[in-house]
Amino acid sequence: MLPPSVHAQLAAILPGEALLTAPEATRPYECDGLTLFRELPAAVALPDTEAQVVAILRACHAARVPVVARGAGTGLSGGAMPHKDGVVLSLAKFRRILAIDPLARTAVVQPGVRNLAISEAAAAHNLYYAPDPSSQIACTIAGNVAENAGGVHCLKYGLTVHNVRRVRGVTIEGEVVEFGNEALDAPGYDLLALINGSEGLLAVITEITVKLTPKPQFAQVALAAFATIEAAGEAVGKVIAEGIIPGGLELMDQAATRAVEQFVHANYPLDAAAILLVESDGTPEEVSAEMADIKRVLTDSGATEIRVSKDEAQRLLFWSGRKAAFPAAGRISPDYYCIDGTIPRKALSGVLHKIAEWSAEYGLRVANVFHAGDGNLHPLILYDANVPGEADKTIAFGDRILDLCIEVGGTVTGEHGVGVEKLRGACNQFAPAELERFLGIKRAFDPHALLNPGKAVPTLARCAEFGRMHVHGGELKHAELPRY
Amino acid sequence: MTAGDPILERWQERVRAAHAARTPLAIRGGGTKAFYGEPVAGEPFDTREYAGIVDYEPTELVVTVRAGTLLADVERALASEGQMLAFEPPHFAPGATVGGTVAAGLSGPRRPYAGAVRDHMLGVRIVDGRGEALAFGGRVMKNVAGFDVTRLMTGALGTLGIVAEASIKCLPVPRVEATRAFEVSADEGIRRVNEWGGKPLPLSASCFAGGRLLVRLSGAAAAVESAIAKLGGEAVAEGAAFWASVRDHAHPFFASARDGAPVWRLSVRSTAPYADLGGETLIEWGGALRWLVAPRADAAKLRAWAWANGGHATLFSAQERAASALHPLPGPLAGLHARLRAEFDPRGILNPGRMGAVA
Repeated sequence: MLPPSVHAQLAAILPGEALLTAPEATRPYECDGLTLFRELPAAVALPDTEAQVVAILRACHAARVPVVARGAGTGLSGGAMPHKDGVVLSLAKFRRILAIDPLARTAVVQPGVRNLAISEAAAAHNLYYAPDPSSQIACTIAGNVAENAGGVHCLKYGLTVHNVRRVRGVTIEGEVVEFGNEALDAPGYDLLALINGSEGLLAVITEITVKLTPKPQFAQVALAAFATIEAAGEAVGKVIAEGIIPGGLELMDQAATRAVEQFVHANYPLDAAAILLVESDGTPEEVSAEMADIKRVLTDSGATEIRVSKDEAQRLLFWSGRKAAFPAAGRISPDYYCIDGTIPRKALSGVLHKIAEWSAEYGLRVANVFHAGDGNLHPLILYDANVPGEADKTIAFGDRILDLCIEVGGTVTGEHGVGVEKLRGACNQFAPAELERFLGIKRAFDPHALLNPGKAVPTLARCAEFGRMHVHGGELKHAELPRY
Repeated sequence: MTAGDPILERWQERVRAAHAARTPLAIRGGGTKAFYGEPVAGEPFDTREYAGIVDYEPTELVVTVRAGTLLADVERALASEGQMLAFEPPHFAPGATVGGTVAAGLSGPRRPYAGAVRDHMLGVRIVDGRGEALAFGGRVMKNVAGFDVTRLMTGALGTLGIVAEASIKCLPVPRVEATRAFEVSADEGIRRVNEWGGKPLPLSASCFAGGRLLVRLSGAAAAVESAIAKLGGEAVAEGAAFWASVRDHAHPFFASARDGAPVWRLSVRSTAPYADLGGETLIEWGGALRWLVAPRADAAKLRAWAWANGGHATLFSAQERAASALHPLPGPLAGLHARLRAEFDPRGILNPGRMGAVA
């Protein structure tokens, strides 16, 4: 429950319908896209002006009430899970695109604007906003900044941090600050980079300037089948060694292709151990030259079958299976748990073999989809939360995969964020002194730890509770050996 | 940090001792960018002894390098595999190191199209102001675990930590590059590069000076050829040498700067109109970077102009400094800088004052 004085202040700042406290009204905010973790907040505030945000933050800061900023709630790591004594500060009402400058190729948008809405608004100028997380139809741009969201075109077009010029935000003390500007760099430390991926711990975002990219004239995708995971993994390395940076480069294993096929009928080759989707985009001349190279490399790498999209409908069909991977997992299993580790590409087949071994050990099926271009692996563990013990087993399996990602030189989260979900993984990935610097950054912005407390950066005490050893990638000599 | 590396252990001991005695350290690599930022008084701390390429895997598109490694050595190693540092870092003089490149955070002509130093940084190892060896980020393209300290260190001029090692994304060298020239006014040049930037053209650099706009096109042969057909212009031979001269300020435009004339770096909205700011201007980065060599420029006016045009003005180099190097920061940002600095270097011993009032 909110202290009555804070409730009174918020009620004075906001119209009645913009302050929710009854459990039936706050229930929709109890979790984000990761439903394993839930909590009812003391209140939900829905401001629609920056002045209201400032006033809310000042009131909460003065009374030491935690604040959890929230966009569309599509996050997958519990980053927007409420604090039971805190206020959820929803930015859902900030939905206006304030300006599009086609000549400078930028858009100024409010935080609650959906990712895809920016591209739709820019389409008239043949421009778009490049990062395309799979939730782009629903997720908000401020949520993308908070998580440094990725997508399937990151290798060529970058992550959120590469596509944001300026973030205007409010600190917990109610100060309005601008990170970055309209130029290509800003004086002093790169606080704009720091805000990207800060998971709502440093400031509440009220306005964003994003970079817009010219739409590629033409795109074509090659679908290649491989008899082994190793061959598919090696083909990825060979494409890159050839000097090709594909617009998209995705790998799906057989469990994943079989799962999606019943769902979208993309006509994937189901007898293949793995398939690759390799997209080329650019001018028609560029794509035609690059696609010839891609086909040659895939053939040399032992592809058993190669199909190149003949038209836009077929290109979208090839992609439909990949884009439906998560919902398909939800169709063939009562529940699924998506893991988000990143690994060096060369470690792929070793890691997938280990996952297959553990899958048998736990008796839990796994489908693997892999952003092969940037090493971001999403094993989808299929489980049934109604079977006693299965959720715990799933979490244990997931933790084991993340530890393996660290050991092979990767990270526990490529694009979904630490949130509450991967605090244990963060304890393992970072040494105590490194975590202490993260906490120092937090202190510099928010000395009383009121913005999204308990997320993203574990305290050393929290790590001690997990009782885990720090297993820093760089220090391990036998990366292939599991620690269990 | 590589356990037991004797050089790094020595660095840590030295910083710990400096921390204890509050001794300022003036960090340096090749000294090729010593002119940039404010002068530092302190015990010289030379990073060049810690050199060498730790790991380079072309198919992973990542190179991991010790700070003291010569930038030229890294570029040579990448070139032998058909790859490059796409942010085209300036050398300014022989001897530029990777540590200095990361700490200065300066990028070259390809920046607006390929990204800046910070955009290619994947991980760093540092020794902070307490003498602690810390690693952030990693060697993978996508990594959102923890705050982005890697990019925070990039361009911090050593005031948050001594960069010991960097993992940097590499990209393939374009198959073909061509440079085209156009006789235009400054305003027309600014308009054209912005319009072209909004089209799917393989632009990779632009430079306007003395009534001539030069643009570089990079990519597959077919793409470059079709772009040339669309844009026209006249062919420029020796394109590579030209862009290297812009990158390293060896271009004749910067001649008087070599005699000590002040060089201003104005980083602004790419569409900012051309303005007579009291000296000759060279315009790079699709309009977003304006160089001004102006012996009698009015710093306050320049800064007001840059700020009004969405950016900032740096007194990049000058024999006699009549203004601060860095554009002054608004109050709340300055406060955040001071608090971050205090967390990473509580006694302010690393390059004190190099960032001026900020750090």
